Amino acid sequence: MRQQLLYLWLAESPLDAEVVAWALYDGAQGKGPTLPAARGPDAPPYGTGLAAIEDGWCLLQAPQPGTPVGPEGAILGELQFQFIFERRVQIAP
Amino acid sequence: MVDKQHLLSTAAMADFVADGFLRFDALIPESLNHAALEEMRGLAPGKLRRALHGLGGRAGRMDPGSESEASPESLTPLKDCYPAPSALGAVLRFPAVAGIIESLVGSNPAFDHDFIHHIPAGAPRGQHLHVDAVLEPASQAFDIQLFYFPTAVAPGGGGTRFVPGSHLRRARAEGIARYQHVVGEQHYSGPAGTLLVFHQGLWHAGQPNPGAEDRWMYKIRLNPREPQQRRWNTADLATVHNDARDHSFAHPGSDTVAQRLRRMAPWQRGHEGRYEQMQRATLWRYLTGDPTFDVDFYQTRQRIREGALGEDLR
Repeated sequence: MRQQLLYLWLAESPLDAEVVAWALYDGAQGKGPTLPAARGPDAPPYGTGLAAIEDGWCLLQAPQPGTPVGPEGAILGELQFQFIFERRVQIAP
Repeated sequence: MVDKQHLLSTAAMADFVADGFLRFDALIPESLNHAALEEMRGLAPGKLRRALHGLGGRAGRMDPGSESEASPESLTPLKDCYPAPSALGAVLRFPAVAGIIESLVGSNPAFDHDFIHHIPAGAPRGQHLHVDAVLEPASQAFDIQLFYFPTAVAPGGGGTRFVPGSHLRRARAEGIARYQHVVGEQHYSGPAGTLLVFHQGLWHAGQPNPGAEDRWMYKIRLNPREPQQRRWNTADLATVHNDARDHSFAHPGSDTVAQRLRRMAPWQRGHEGRYEQMQRATLWRYLTGDPTFDVDFYQTRQRIREGALGEDLR
């Protein structure tokens, strides 16, 4: 059994918001299922977070809500809406 | 002083504020590219050795007395860096390059550091996405970094990866390193003599080079030493610089700076774009010296409300 982790950063907080960035960490080292073929040269593997769970990924972590305070609340930093998914896969011994 | 014809236009400056970079394909003539590449080959080992020495690497043993004096020290005025007959100096003083530099960081910037990035053909490893140096206290003043490619870089040939529009985010290198892919990111490829000009905050990373050609790039960071206000060719400023009434939800202008600053990168979706606009508007205020400039009224309505409060209620 190996774990595959998929990070999706979405444009906004809903799980059906658009994917704007992604990363894959594959504990199966390519011996398990792969991501869907890209739908374009710069396209993410899934259009939304919802599409990932529809393809069998399980949500591990969703971003926590926060309350912006003061003028600093208008300043953006890292991508806010990070969703982490996992898939546990069997690989041949 | 650079001839006005070589300075950037207001429109180009607005594009820099929106995107965090400018690109000039084949700006440097081929004869100068050849000479600069030869000079880079000669300087590269010393620059690498000194960097490793500074960072504490065992391979960075300095050789006092034989270290090249051709490489400038930090704080050197740019005009004194790489004197003639240096080819790199000729690139930095090439009229179009000098005009770009003066437009963005004034006529007398300081040399911060430079480096020669050589990615041999077949190099398998790339960098994580990062911003250079450290996260600094919020300020509108900015450094620029020039990325000069003396040879052609083919697609997939180790060209720098970068994320348009990322420069005004408050982010640390170690935090953004995890973004393996960002929608709309670019991987540089282009003809010999191309110059990329980055705002210091732009997210970027060196890439693997599976190609057959070595990739060479010269990178230099410059610090402004005077207000970065209206240093460009402002002939078109009056026609494109809008006032606070340029408001998408009321009467948006056409061909205005605000319209350029509304243009988001493909990864800047949803409501966050409004905050990006605010940051860009604040930077444009600094560049123009106009504290009332706005894009879509976000800061103007705050100022109006502050005026409605008495002194003791603010």
